[in-house]
Amino acid sequence: MGPEILRDLTFDIPHRSFQFLTGPSGAGKSTLLRLLFLSLQPTRGLVRTFDRDIATIPRDELPMLRRRIGIVFQDFRLLDHLTTFENVALPLRVRGKEESSYRADVLELLKWVGLGERINVLPPVLSGGEKQRAAIARALIDQPELLLADEPTGNVDPPMARRLLSLFLELNRLGTAVVIATHDLSLMDQVEARRMILSQGRLDIYE
Amino acid sequence: MNETTERNAQDRAPQKRPEMQVRPTAPIVPPANVSGNALMCVIAIMAFLACLTYGAVSMVRATAASWQSQISREITIQIKPDDKLDMEAALRDARDLALTFSGTKDGQIVDRAATARLLEPWLGEGLDLDELPVPRLVIITIDERNPPDFAAMRQALTETIPQAFLDDHRTWVNRLVAMAETTAWIGTAVLVLVFTAMVLTVIFATRGALSGNRHIIEVLHFVGAEAGFVASEFQKHFLKISLKGSFAGGALAALVFAIAGYWQSRSLATPESDQATALFGTFSVGLSGYLGIAATMLIIALLTTLTARFTVMRTIFEIDRIRSDPARTDGVPSS
Repeated sequence: MGPEILRDLTFDIPHRSFQFLTGPSGAGKSTLLRLLFLSLQPTRGLVRTFDRDIATIPRDELPMLRRRIGIVFQDFRLLDHLTTFENVALPLRVRGKEESSYRADVLELLKWVGLGERINVLPPVLSGGEKQRAAIARALIDQPELLLADEPTGNVDPPMARRLLSLFLELNRLGTAVVIATHDLSLMDQVEARRMILSQGRLDIYE
Repeated sequence: MNETTERNAQDRAPQKRPEMQVRPTAPIVPPANVSGNALMCVIAIMAFLACLTYGAVSMVRATAASWQSQISREITIQIKPDDKLDMEAALRDARDLALTFSGTKDGQIVDRAATARLLEPWLGEGLDLDELPVPRLVIITIDERNPPDFAAMRQALTETIPQAFLDDHRTWVNRLVAMAETTAWIGTAVLVLVFTAMVLTVIFATRGALSGNRHIIEVLHFVGAEAGFVASEFQKHFLKISLKGSFAGGALAALVFAIAGYWQSRSLATPESDQATALFGTFSVGLSGYLGIAATMLIIALLTTLTARFTVMRTIFEIDRIRSDPARTDGVPSS
């Protein structure tokens, strides 16, 4: 087993809260997000998500819990054979919803993230920024209770970053707890929000 | 003037752009890719080989069974010539005596002309049987399901006609039965080997085709798809591939048998056809053969579908196992 990446952390993500998670590269931001997304278990200590100890959640209950979490992967993880529309609608499709029931919502969200003209385009044709926006739209489409975003503005220009930030804030106003992992100081300066700074495996929180 | 102003106003008004149409929803699993096409080819080839082997083995088994039944359907009474013996009367007596036993159906005396024909390859044409001490034969057809008591028949014949000898072909039949059974067992062993190779090839080819789709399984799993949903999407996809492949291979094998049977029926009594018939029997696999081919196709389709399901479930299990084993990072998004 490798070295401990995170240790002695105690924090909570309150309902409807908004926070940035920051720190130098390799500090463990992505690992912390993975723990929150239930894709890793801690080697020691306790992580509770939706009032459940994640180490004891049975495998077959994970999909239902993950449906309450939206995640923006740093490497986007879009499916190359599906269009932007289909990628964004994927979380709804796997929940068994009919396309007619969500088409308008997906189109509206795509317009909001500036991809209204790119709905039938496949990811290999999209630019890095467009892929990132599509990945963000996919994470937001079902209005999750918790949104985890790993460097969500890393590939977009400042105006688009501001636009995406306002989208996250709007989602937060509607009741979603948001955790944004970022290096972007200018992005963090735009919002009065809790800052969680990871450094050498330790966490300092500035309310 | 007013009309011109109105037209200019219309021209200046912003044009409403047409709403973009969403394309028909694509399947979650990409419908065609290189590995999918390769898998279809592998399935078609294995289905063809398996169906061909099945048909050939069923043909060999039928031929072996017919050897056995044709020989054991007849026994022969041989009467050696003797100066004191009226051969023709002895032949008739032997036939009549044999037919008194239950289990016999018919008796036929091999007449002089037929006997001469039998000896023709060795002694040439124009043979005068009176000049040579040639034994004569009576062929008795028996009910193979209810054969007569050969020992009693042999004893009765010897008592009545001492020169008579009953040949129930037992030694020959036993050898032939042993050979037929060996042939059938070899055929079955070949069939088992080919089916085993088919099962393994289909399983590994399916797993190979699926390995290129791991990222799809991961994404579906991470956006909240249940394992059963992911598995059913891949099952549907692989069922289509396997049905296409196995149908192509099975249909080709059936066609080969149909063409061979047609050729044989069209070329009856030619040396080539006789040779093939002597070696392989008739190229007719019959209804059971075609049903076997259909069953093979269904087995392949089922096998591919189940392999796809188990592989997807196992992949999801692996993804979740990484969750509980932080030393493993494969498949986890990089930090």
